Amino acid sequence: MIWKENVECAARADLKELQSGYLRKLIPYIYNNCAVYRRKLDAAGVKPDQIKSIDDIKRLPITTKEDMRDNYPYGLFSAPQDQIAEIHVSSGTTGNPTLVGYTRDDVKLWGEVMARAFCCAGAVPGDTIQIAYGYGLFTGGLGSHYGALEMGLRILPTSSGQTARQLKLMQDFKPRIIACTPSYVLYMAEEAKAMGIDPTQGNWKIGVFGAEPWSESMRREIEAAWNMLATDIYGLSEIIGPGVAQECHYKDGLHVFSDVFYPEILDPTTREEVPEGQSGELVITTLTKQGIPLIRYGTRDIVSIRYDKCRCGRTSPRISKIKGRTDDMIVVRGINVFPSQIEHVLVGIEGTQPHYQIIVDRQARKLDEVEVLVEVEQRFFSDEIKQLNVIREKIRKEIENVLSIGVKVTLVEPKTIARSEGKAKRIVDKRTL
Amino acid sequence: MKITQISVFLENRKGRLYDVCSLLGAHGVNIRALTIAETESFGVLRIVVDKSEAAIKLLRENQFVANFTDVVAIEVPDQPGGLASILKILSEHDVNIEYMYGFVEKFSDKALLVMRFEDTDFAQQVLAKQKIHVVTEKEIEGL
Ligand SMILES: [Zn+2]
Repeated sequence: MIWKENVECAARADLKELQSGYLRKLIPYIYNNCAVYRRKLDAAGVKPDQIKSIDDIKRLPITTKEDMRDNYPYGLFSAPQDQIAEIHVSSGTTGNPTLVGYTRDDVKLWGEVMARAFCCAGAVPGDTIQIAYGYGLFTGGLGSHYGALEMGLRILPTSSGQTARQLKLMQDFKPRIIACTPSYVLYMAEEAKAMGIDPTQGNWKIGVFGAEPWSESMRREIEAAWNMLATDIYGLSEIIGPGVAQECHYKDGLHVFSDVFYPEILDPTTREEVPEGQSGELVITTLTKQGIPLIRYGTRDIVSIRYDKCRCGRTSPRISKIKGRTDDMIVVRGINVFPSQIEHVLVGIEGTQPHYQIIVDRQARKLDEVEVLVEVEQRFFSDEIKQLNVIREKIRKEIENVLSIGVKVTLVEPKTIARSEGKAKRIVDKRTL
Repeated sequence: MKITQISVFLENRKGRLYDVCSLLGAHGVNIRALTIAETESFGVLRIVVDKSEAAIKLLRENQFVANFTDVVAIEVPDQPGGLASILKILSEHDVNIEYMYGFVEKFSDKALLVMRFEDTDFAQQVLAKQKIHVVTEKEIEGL
């Protein structure tokens, strides 16, 4: 079932028409109501009446996480505070928290996109959903709640934690849908076994998992452990919370609800659009939000996007799972390098998550040099030097293919790459710039 | 009769060979034969010891990457042309040697060589037909 078929399956030209209409209204709205954005647009030399179609979005300035923090608490609001119905706050590691405020219409929008998400995952009205995302300032719990209400699902608002009770309620009320973080559902499988419950006989048949990055191998683990379909949901509180994009049962990319959250994939350094299919930073414009509408907000998440029609019938663009974060990015000889790209190569070759470290160095008047240290593992070790050199060459060639720059690969002994709190330090930048 | 060699991955860092030898020595493992193959950044240490199961467990517990490899130990007449005569036979029968090295101690009046073949089983058949004595694990443990 497709919740809002007329937009989710719209022809691209019709979708553009819709997006252009929203953008034409949005820009004057924020220009007239938000002093921070007025200054930003003035500084960029953009007059609201110059923005006529969605393609003009490229002329607008980027909004960053720093803009959110610097203008805490109310600077980025376009709606007056007496119009705000709900506030969510996410804690930051440094400085001010990130604050988001929703008008009543924004909350309605949130419910609608979450209803689309649950539908996309395979829920049908009348299903029971167990919402084990935390309820409270975190957007996961309440966002899911509004969506389930809108869709007409029966809700078990269990919030997170109290695992034994979660499992008992699962058995008593037999919800077909579970919404929580992917790590929590795996944890619950272990707890279930410890309590004598066979998770493969569990009642959950569809999982809507998000709020943290997770891999395909984790998906396989969850699906096998619970005998369920595990789908990925994407969102961030600055945009709305969960409900920006969601996988359908084909699990072939996350459908972005692009009629309201307009996605662009930009090179994190140049801010130019990358060619379709290539990785870059996901930048989103909220086309219809009122409380804190954001223009071209840099999510810092690295994804790729595709625009072809999905087998499920939806025409909405699909983003890949998150491939990395711009925070981890380094620029070498003008090329953006993400540790996750190297990780993918190594997983492909070794079939395991190896420890590695990227060392970037620059000698006087020379090009930057990249060395990738890879810890040798039992499974690919050989007594023959030539076999080890074959593996090293293969790693080098595949990394060069992915990054388009030359690298040196060095095999090192296990546990020689420095780890802090169990996590290896992925990048050592020795360049003095 | 195959014997077991232990191969250990070593970075080209000072003292790593010493680390392996002293670890084994401290636990009463005797090294019977040893060689290192090196590249500019890493090397592979190959050893034949008297207690291979205990040795590999010890190495892995101490974060070394170590594998077993099947090799063959051959007695070579300790005289001019002794090795050549064996290599001639192997070459005539298209037996490919990946690498070889000598034992630390002598076994009899003959020298003892460790040989790693591309196809160990085939090499053993050839050696048996040619009546070249292949040393057993037992004999090595008794060294
Ligand atoms: Zn689909």
